[in-house]
Amino acid sequence: MKSAVIVFPGSNCDRDIAVTLTKVTGHKPEMVWHRDATLPDDLDLVAVPGGFSYGDYLRSGAMAANSPIISDLKKRADEGVFVLGICNGFQILTECGLLPGALLRNRDLKYVCRDVTLSVEQTDSVFTGKYKQGEVVRIPVGHHDGNYLADDDTLQQLEDDGRVAFRYCNDNGAASDEANPNGSARNIAGVFNEKRTVLGMMPHPERLADTRLGGCDGIPMFESLLDRLS
Amino acid sequence: MTLPNESITKADITAHSLTEEEYQRVLDILDGREPNLIELGIFSVMWSEHCSYKSSKKWLKTLPTEAPWVICGPGENAGVVDIGEGLAAIFKMESHNHPSFIEPFQGAATGVGGILRDVFTMGARPVANMNALRFGAIDHPKTKHLVAGVVSGVGSYGNCVGVPTVGGEVNFDPAYNGNILVNAMTVGLAQQDRIFYSAASGPGNPVIYVGSKTGKDGIHGATMASAEFDEDSEEKRPTVQVGDPFTEKLLIEACLELMATDTIVAIQDMGAAGLTCSTFEMCSKGGTGIEMNLDAVPIREADMTAYEIMLSESQERMLMVLEPGKEHIAQAIFEKWELDFAVVGHLTDSGRMVLTKGGREVADLPIDPLAEASPEYDRPWVETPKADAVASDAVEHGDWAETLKTLIGAPDLASRRWVWEQYDHMVMGDTVQRPGGDAAVVRIHDSERGLAVTTDCTPRYVKADPFEGGKQAVAEAWRNLTATGARPLAVTDNLNFGNPEKPPIMGQLVGAIKGIGEACSALDAPVVSGNVSLYNETDGEPILPTPTIGAIGVIDNLDQTMTVGFKAEGEAVLLIGGTDTVSDGWLGQSLYLRDIHGVVEGAPPTVDLAQERVTGDAVRGLITAGAVTACHDVSDGGVAIALAEMALSGDIGVTIDTGEAPSAPWLFGEDQGRYIITCTAETSGDILGAMQDAGLTARLIGMTGGDQVAIAGDASVALKTLRDLHEGWFPSYMAA
Repeated sequence: MKSAVIVFPGSNCDRDIAVTLTKVTGHKPEMVWHRDATLPDDLDLVAVPGGFSYGDYLRSGAMAANSPIISDLKKRADEGVFVLGICNGFQILTECGLLPGALLRNRDLKYVCRDVTLSVEQTDSVFTGKYKQGEVVRIPVGHHDGNYLADDDTLQQLEDDGRVAFRYCNDNGAASDEANPNGSARNIAGVFNEKRTVLGMMPHPERLADTRLGGCDGIPMFESLLDRLS
Repeated sequence: MTLPNESITKADITAHSLTEEEYQRVLDILDGREPNLIELGIFSVMWSEHCSYKSSKKWLKTLPTEAPWVICGPGENAGVVDIGEGLAAIFKMESHNHPSFIEPFQGAATGVGGILRDVFTMGARPVANMNALRFGAIDHPKTKHLVAGVVSGVGSYGNCVGVPTVGGEVNFDPAYNGNILVNAMTVGLAQQDRIFYSAASGPGNPVIYVGSKTGKDGIHGATMASAEFDEDSEEKRPTVQVGDPFTEKLLIEACLELMATDTIVAIQDMGAAGLTCSTFEMCSKGGTGIEMNLDAVPIREADMTAYEIMLSESQERMLMVLEPGKEHIAQAIFEKWELDFAVVGHLTDSGRMVLTKGGREVADLPIDPLAEASPEYDRPWVETPKADAVASDAVEHGDWAETLKTLIGAPDLASRRWVWEQYDHMVMGDTVQRPGGDAAVVRIHDSERGLAVTTDCTPRYVKADPFEGGKQAVAEAWRNLTATGARPLAVTDNLNFGNPEKPPIMGQLVGAIKGIGEACSALDAPVVSGNVSLYNETDGEPILPTPTIGAIGVIDNLDQTMTVGFKAEGEAVLLIGGTDTVSDGWLGQSLYLRDIHGVVEGAPPTVDLAQERVTGDAVRGLITAGAVTACHDVSDGGVAIALAEMALSGDIGVTIDTGEAPSAPWLFGEDQGRYIITCTAETSGDILGAMQDAGLTARLIGMTGGDQVAIAGDASVALKTLRDLHEGWFPSYMAA
């Protein structure tokens, strides 16, 4: 399995995702600077990491979405290379049009860092195959702008196409308002593109993929990728 | 001499906070020549309390700063200790009190930025941030606004740079109504053979400016931080700097990338007093001089004067001396990261700082007399009068269950989750113990070892008895590290006090430093870095004396680290240390007296340092041996609060059973040097025996289990009730 992590000025989870990819898949990703014109050849996966690209100035992800590497990222995504955007990565993917919708400021206007529970809504994807449908998993969030929004038609389309990957839920799997850390529409925590080859999500699966850090619910995502890509 | 020669007036001298005596010293240094305004400005900031430590220097020198594992003690940008396997921990704590009161968001944010720079300047990648915050009374009209602004400022900076904020302290007291405290600490990790210092050596070597452009912000910030506040202080808002964490993140990456090459001779960040302080300190340490062309300094506004350029405290800037001919290596790296890079001058062997602007000389000052020979005062001081201990029956004790409910939700004891959930405490993927425990634990990247970090101080103790309070701050930090299983290594001290020109305040400072020194010696944890913040007074009202101690320890095997929460039902709960009765307890200056009985009086608890060490070493030994399932030190609120915190953390109840009924002073008293541990019921007898053989007080005080905190044969309080009170206070206070 060959993967790459794009590094933007202000990315700060680039090392974290690289560590987890290496640990779970046994393959070290290539770190690609945002100003490079092209990604490495024969890639299976591109990770767009969390952080504060360009300081989140202007709008989260807006400036990174115009970085030189983005045109090749779009091309590869079109060709079927899998793309995983986490947190700021998700924001960048919506800004550059690879995923629908937008991430607004959190409902209570505060940054939030804590473990949340998610229900796995779609297991028929290269990212989620190792989870069980409806399984409740614990994954941390850490963001200021995670309030997912799209127009009603788009939201309905996402639901109808099975493109909602994860939803914020309580311990029993119910997508309640109290379980929603940021006010996201329909408690959406992550969405796929039409072919389910691109996944964007606010929670950080790479942050709980190590017993030493208090949880491993992020591991199945990387095992799913390994399973399908190696 | 072609220096501009506007005459200095008496008003100029006063406006620059120099005393007549100090101005005479200026004239002596300049051989009778009057300084021009630029030079006067430079003297003023260099000799400000903030930069020169003129009131505290005499006493700081008495602190223990050495140990075999100390690589670099006070005097550099941060302290450096050997943590084994070729690695060093580099850390320091610094205050940003005055700016944070005037503009809480930017004041706190730039406090975080400044301390981060102190640490990565030395070659370390920052791995953990902490902060100790003190606010005024909860019902003071400004408090909520200040809490919201400071927390959001700390978070915005730390979150953006991608360094986890793993813990700290938040307290409230009316004494901070007009002067809040924002003390920020950063811990970084470096290879021992790649540590960078600030001594600028090698005449002819190029001097490089990197980072953000210089603007007109923060001019005279250091001088502001060296004066009391009054009703006009809010007009000083323009002296507060504005932070740009994104640039800081780029600066961290660019500096660390450059540090991997053999290019840098010396490096220092531009903090208080900006370009002035960094050039003077670097040259003074290196025994060199400098010629600097101010036209080469990247500036934000076209019309900046030499005075403004030299005194600006714009953030995210660094000064470096490079090996000659290697400028292109550095330039390529800084251009990659889109940061300003400029050769602004070169070192000389003249021992003088010569500044030019617009083709002419604008200042010419000798370096050593300014940097090294700054004033040192032996300010008069008086000892704080000792108070008597408070007798156990000094107040009428009420129902313990009601007391517990009140205290667990009291402003100083309630959960700080509202605060730390606004901080990214998980980025970098090494946070093993998150905020909320005794100390935070971060894994040393790519290893199975860890660093424990804590900050501590109990200002009401220090006020009542500066010496004992100083000791206690160190002892509590040491205890908090020990409770995670860490071996404490060293401390950084952030001394926040009022106006040192008042003998009682100076007496607090002297007493606290003596106490800190004694505790650091006895506990083998030297002071390797620190910061002094004086003049924390508004309209003559001083803050509580607050010598915050930041401490780090190392955990050799993360399998042997310990947490606060109860792990299983039916386990034995042991109290290690303290008195061997349950009828008595230390009430003086306790939260119980203050928050339940409205009484702030008496002597604070004393710390027996020899006993402290024996107790802590024994507890750590038990943790390392795998004999313990949970461990918590006993501090504010006493045994009952410690037990409630362990129960809430583990979501398992506890029944206290001490034979004779425990008294309120035992339950809520704040005797020092105590830990609560749990172990399996079968091993408790052996552990008690071993502790007693070691000469320690140790007793079984109850068993875990159920969903309440109870006293056998007496009342109980449901964990849910305690949790609602504990977790509820902060969010409802901030929402009200």
